[in-house]
Amino acid sequence: MEVKPYVRTAMLDGKPAPVTSSGPAGWLKKNLFDGPWNTAATLVALVVVFLLLSHLLPWVFQSVWNAENLAECREIIDATWGPEHSGACWAVIHDRYLQLIYGFYPWDFLWRPNLTFAMMLVAIAPVLFTQLPRKMLIFSCLFPFIGAWLLWGGSIWQPVMVLAGFGIGAAAFRYLAKVNRILSIAAAIVLPVIWWVFVMETVVHGLHAVIPLGLEPVQSNQFGGFMVSIIIGLTAITCSLPLGIMLALGRQTELFIVRTFSVGFIEFIRGVPLITLLFVASTLLNYFMPPGTNFDLIVRVIIMATLFSSAYIAEVVRGGLAALPKGQYEAADSLGLDYWQAQQLIIMPQALKIAIPGIVSTFIGLFKDTTLVSIIGILDPIGLSNAIRADSAWNGIYWELFAFIGFVFFIFCFSMSRYSMYLERKLNTGHR
Amino acid sequence: MTDTAVNTAPAGMTVSDEVAIEIRNMNKWYGQFHVLRDIDLTVYRGERIVICGPSGSGKSTMIRCINALEEHQEGKITVDGTVLSSDLKNIDKIRSEVGMCFQHFNLFPHLTILENCTLAPIWVRKIPKKEAIDTAMHYLEKVKIPDQANKYPGQLSGGQQQRVAIARSLCMRPKIMLFDEPTSALDPEMIKEVLDTMIQLAEEGMTMLCVTHEMGFAQAVANRVIFMDAGQIVEQNEPKAFFNNPQSERTKLFLSQILGH
Repeated sequence: MEVKPYVRTAMLDGKPAPVTSSGPAGWLKKNLFDGPWNTAATLVALVVVFLLLSHLLPWVFQSVWNAENLAECREIIDATWGPEHSGACWAVIHDRYLQLIYGFYPWDFLWRPNLTFAMMLVAIAPVLFTQLPRKMLIFSCLFPFIGAWLLWGGSIWQPVMVLAGFGIGAAAFRYLAKVNRILSIAAAIVLPVIWWVFVMETVVHGLHAVIPLGLEPVQSNQFGGFMVSIIIGLTAITCSLPLGIMLALGRQTELFIVRTFSVGFIEFIRGVPLITLLFVASTLLNYFMPPGTNFDLIVRVIIMATLFSSAYIAEVVRGGLAALPKGQYEAADSLGLDYWQAQQLIIMPQALKIAIPGIVSTFIGLFKDTTLVSIIGILDPIGLSNAIRADSAWNGIYWELFAFIGFVFFIFCFSMSRYSMYLERKLNTGHR
Repeated sequence: MTDTAVNTAPAGMTVSDEVAIEIRNMNKWYGQFHVLRDIDLTVYRGERIVICGPSGSGKSTMIRCINALEEHQEGKITVDGTVLSSDLKNIDKIRSEVGMCFQHFNLFPHLTILENCTLAPIWVRKIPKKEAIDTAMHYLEKVKIPDQANKYPGQLSGGQQQRVAIARSLCMRPKIMLFDEPTSALDPEMIKEVLDTMIQLAEEGMTMLCVTHEMGFAQAVANRVIFMDAGQIVEQNEPKAFFNNPQSERTKLFLSQILGH
């Protein structure tokens, strides 16, 4: 065969794409009416959506918002839309929304959870959005103490002295670091624990006797509703991420004892249902405590939920670590970064970014699992829905309460999901 | 085997009598597989050594032992007067004196070019941020990409990324540079820009150990070429003699295969 010589004399300019493959018309054709099967499927789907909405929308919107009880609700619906119509009775939400939000928290003190919620928004803002001033993080660190004090009440010296424990730890670490590194780490852990367990209560009593500042105490069993879901969910989410990261690193380390403990912990927790752990928290845990200690039930539940989700977080983070090329570790090593610097600056920022979808899924799962606490008698929204039904006025109402609770949970979970997508987009710097 | 530090380099590239790296009787195993066998090597300050050999001959492993990316089981490595032991302090000290460039660049994709260059000086050398930025810009100018400083590695071409990797190492002001096949992952059009940067570095007197198959680079810059096979140093000589008059049969075969097409 003879080769035909060819030389291009002018380079070509780009042309716009043909109309049929772009614009709304192109989109419709490509996505909805591409061939007979695709067209048929589109039409069937449209009919199904129409049937669903034609039943659902009248129930939701041709409904009653003001009534004293379920019977009155039904009468109003029959009188307005006829006996054939089935409409929702949102009056139960209107009647009981305060209870669904706060449980049996004393009505006079509702400003306390409200203020805590507002402060919570301020505290998590700088964590979620890095463009906010970094100084706001100081408030984020203090918020758990202020929030707990506002919600549970009691002497102001309680949170102050808990904070002082951290101060004692930091001071011990700083002064003993000059003497011996291991000794300083041990002291930084042991001294605060001694302070919190044995010394603090006496000091708090003493200070409170001298300067009696404080809020009316509120017992845990008065907490309820979405307030309790948010307290348990948010605290467990916040605590389980660092714990999960440490477990993931522990599982990868060459230190045999640390690795064995991490693997054992993760596999144990993942092998046990959350409900079992919650029962342990509500009943068994007290047997292991020194007699006389009254460990708050909600705190016990938070600890269990944290441990539970940290095991899942650990595995998700391990997936992120495994996805990192080995070269990243080598580059960090070759520059002389030590283990913790490499983790903090190079490895974790990338591994966590890869793991964002999994981490947020775990968080969403954890937040929804907080409804399981109704089984051990905490009045979360699901527990309250039973309590509300026990009232003769609302006996027999199911759908409206569950729909409302589901709707509120959806708002929270959908926000978390959207935030995770925002974060992924923001951290995307192109591959490699 | 004896070391020969032959100085035939172009003017400006001088080799001193001061020892930079000394490797004595180094042996390394992967499980039962003996990868490095009785390696003896002395590198003098200012030397430019090119290491070549077939794949699997242990050349990358050898230079990775020098900054403890790989652990050796027997023998003694002394880098700049510091003996490499399992003591983490010594390892970190050596790593901060020895720069390294990898085949796949290994830039940090979540940081900008500038942050890639300032990270180690700030955190390891504890240099103030402003000074670190100045140093980084100085070296980025040197590798001719100061205008990309605020981009991310993913937005740069392979050749540019490798030059950033070199600048990143230089920001630590290392006394020795290790190159592990720096041009093997590059498109042919980009090899030259990286080699030019390395030549410039050599002319400034940097001590360099370079695993590469760029024989043109070896002839232009190296003062010594080392040929490795089966985990051993088979032959070493000054470049001219090495390429024109190889002694060992294994070297002759290798050279005929890489130069023969």
